[in-house]
Amino acid sequence: MIIEIGAFCLILSLILSVAQVGLSVIGRVRRSAVFYGAGEGAAGAAFLMVLIGFAALMYAFITSDFSVANVAANSHSAKPMLYKVAGVWGSHEGSMLLWCLALTGFGAIVALMARGLPAAMKSVVVASQGSLGVLFLAYTVFASNPFMRLLQPPVEGRSLNPLLQDPALAFHPPFLYGGYVGFSIVFSFAIAALIEGRVDAAWARWVRPWSLAAWSLLTVGITLGAFWAYYELGWGGWWFWDPVENASFMPWLIGTALLHSAVVTEKRGALPGWTVFLALGSFTFSMLGAFLVRSGVLTSVHAFAVDPERGILLLTILGLAAGTGFGLFAWRAPKLAPGGLFAPISREGALVINNLILSAATVTVLLGTLYPLIKEALTGQSLSVGTPYFNLTFAPLMALAFLVLPIGPLLSWKRGDGLGALQRLWAAAGLAMAVGLLVLWIQKPTHAAAAVGMGLGVWLIIGVVVEIAERIHLGRASLAEVRRRLGGLPRGAWGMSLAHAGLGVFTLGACFETAYKIEAAQALTINQSLAVGTYQVQLSDVVAANGPNYIAERGLVTVTKNGKPVCEAKPERRFYPANSQTTSEVALCLEGLDDVYLVLGERRVGSESQPAWLVRAYWNPLARLIFLGPLLMALGGAVSISDRRLRFAAPRRAAEAGPVAVPAE
Amino acid sequence: MKGLGLLGWLLVAVLSMGAAADPSERLADPAMEARAKALFPEIRCMVCQNESIDDSQADLAVDLRKIVREEVAAGRSDTEVRTYLVQRYGEYVMLKPAFSLTNAALWVTPFAIVFLGLLAFFGLKRSSPDQGQETALTSEEQALLRKLRASEVE
Repeated sequence: MIIEIGAFCLILSLILSVAQVGLSVIGRVRRSAVFYGAGEGAAGAAFLMVLIGFAALMYAFITSDFSVANVAANSHSAKPMLYKVAGVWGSHEGSMLLWCLALTGFGAIVALMARGLPAAMKSVVVASQGSLGVLFLAYTVFASNPFMRLLQPPVEGRSLNPLLQDPALAFHPPFLYGGYVGFSIVFSFAIAALIEGRVDAAWARWVRPWSLAAWSLLTVGITLGAFWAYYELGWGGWWFWDPVENASFMPWLIGTALLHSAVVTEKRGALPGWTVFLALGSFTFSMLGAFLVRSGVLTSVHAFAVDPERGILLLTILGLAAGTGFGLFAWRAPKLAPGGLFAPISREGALVINNLILSAATVTVLLGTLYPLIKEALTGQSLSVGTPYFNLTFAPLMALAFLVLPIGPLLSWKRGDGLGALQRLWAAAGLAMAVGLLVLWIQKPTHAAAAVGMGLGVWLIIGVVVEIAERIHLGRASLAEVRRRLGGLPRGAWGMSLAHAGLGVFTLGACFETAYKIEAAQALTINQSLAVGTYQVQLSDVVAANGPNYIAERGLVTVTKNGKPVCEAKPERRFYPANSQTTSEVALCLEGLDDVYLVLGERRVGSESQPAWLVRAYWNPLARLIFLGPLLMALGGAVSISDRRLRFAAPRRAAEAGPVAVPAE
Repeated sequence: MKGLGLLGWLLVAVLSMGAAADPSERLADPAMEARAKALFPEIRCMVCQNESIDDSQADLAVDLRKIVREEVAAGRSDTEVRTYLVQRYGEYVMLKPAFSLTNAALWVTPFAIVFLGLLAFFGLKRSSPDQGQETALTSEEQALLRKLRASEVE
């Protein structure tokens, strides 16, 4: 019964979304407050209905109701509770429902909570968000319904792919989808801007919290995915330039470009057309990602819920939404008022270069992802585009961007003093060079790229310090004045500094780990040990360790350094009978920011026909920085959202309170 | 002090660099083993979803690693090993697409965008009458500016 309620609510949400579009459009045409309100109410109700549907599906998973086809295909009665809940979004149908939940949820927030917006513009945003809701809810109801019943329910479910039964991956989709779908609001704001012919500082300010929120969520989502790959796939890699990773990375890159371009539009009124273009692009790439991941057109380590026929439908939705958006852009953008002028060497100029490089980087990722398809379609030859390609194209582009990055915030708007900015950065430049040369001196020349990367990481971090020092007039003003300025720094500035520093931390960690990681592998009998770097890894014992839905061998591994114990690790090798699949549960010993990464492999016959196990040990120095950096970036986004000048109602409240309440910049 | 610690740490890391491969697969000569190992990330495990033979434990990856090691041990150069693999398995086996005319679009586009973009940005900015559009401030505006500046300082 609960399942039928869920199915009913899902259909109801589709009808409510249609009403949301219709009422908002009529409201906009007649400029009628009654219809505006009705459209907004429909948006709220549509969200409520999807929420009930989502809860119903979750109930079916928790109670292991195998009469529901989706539950039978993706759950198992012996699965731990966390993965029963996470199983809701572990399949194609369930993840689309999560997508719709986020889509209607964000729509409801704008409709019911955003108060500073002009009524006309808001109604267009609500109508646009409703149209997206209609497309995706119709897809979910008619082509991907998670509430289908089975006539003959099985006794036991087919279970979730064991690789996905992991805490990082349980929380990864909600963050990722929050990011993907968060850009839908930005898309709707862009549509509204084009229809209303208004892209100005106020518009940029309304969009900014949304693009920041979507970007931060996407950052966390991608990081969780990378961390999952790091310890679940069992060979210590964390980024593979895999099509599915690329699919999530492209909206992130465009979203990053959007954040920066929106700053120019907000502060200077410049680049309005470009900002709107990026706003449309970010959600287009999100939809492209949804299509690429689900259609099976590309092979991937992460591909899940692949279904070519539904892929065509998703492609149609993508075409409809993006086509409308960019069509509107082509028609209306030329009528947008051009923004303020600026010299090439200026804050705006630096941000334009940022946008140029980020766009080129996005095209690179897109090209690298789709080129095998294009080539095969044109010539019939298949080829691969893998990590070496991206190392040679994407990495240099990023190096260029990182080189320019610390200079940008030191330039003034309109016309900047490039030489002056460089003079203030001499310490950062010197330190970065020193680190690079030190690395080159120690390392083999084959790792020259790592030396450059580490230098750039230091350059970014010190650049942030210099930038803050400049802002608070450190060394130029009295201590009291410095303290006053430090307290007066807006949260937006702190957010930017955190994000930039996070990027530096990530770069440093990624390059250091790549350049200096040490790997060792050996078949060990009980009490034998192997050395990895300065660590001794001893296999003390191997015991049986069976879980609720798997059987496993668990290694008891003692890690010591110079005779002192470091940690007792318990890597496992699991076999899931429901999927007849073997997985390795990696054990991580956290040593400061380094990881000692241990994998228990297959059983072999060792010396004197003793049983032996292939143990792989990796020393991954500074590996934690790779995941800490992006989290700092996401935190920067969150801090920036909390800046009170950027809240939804801030412009109006500030206007009511009069100019006194506006903080000095 | 911290710098010295880091230096020592780096030295330890470099000196203790070891081979990671399954010991039953390894070549006896460390130099050859290192060369083979450097080639693995470029070669695709073709039955896997999207992994290089460096990452995969699939049977095919084990076989390909063996082939690469045999070729290296037989004294072939890196280029010869690559050519051999492409002849045997097709272009698909290399994760790094060839620098060929047919792949020009793939390799050139990223840099072309940045180059043309920079050219357009600086070119357009220079030719635009940026200076001409700014007119001098009137005395009233200058007075207002002085007032605003004074209020900002306090």
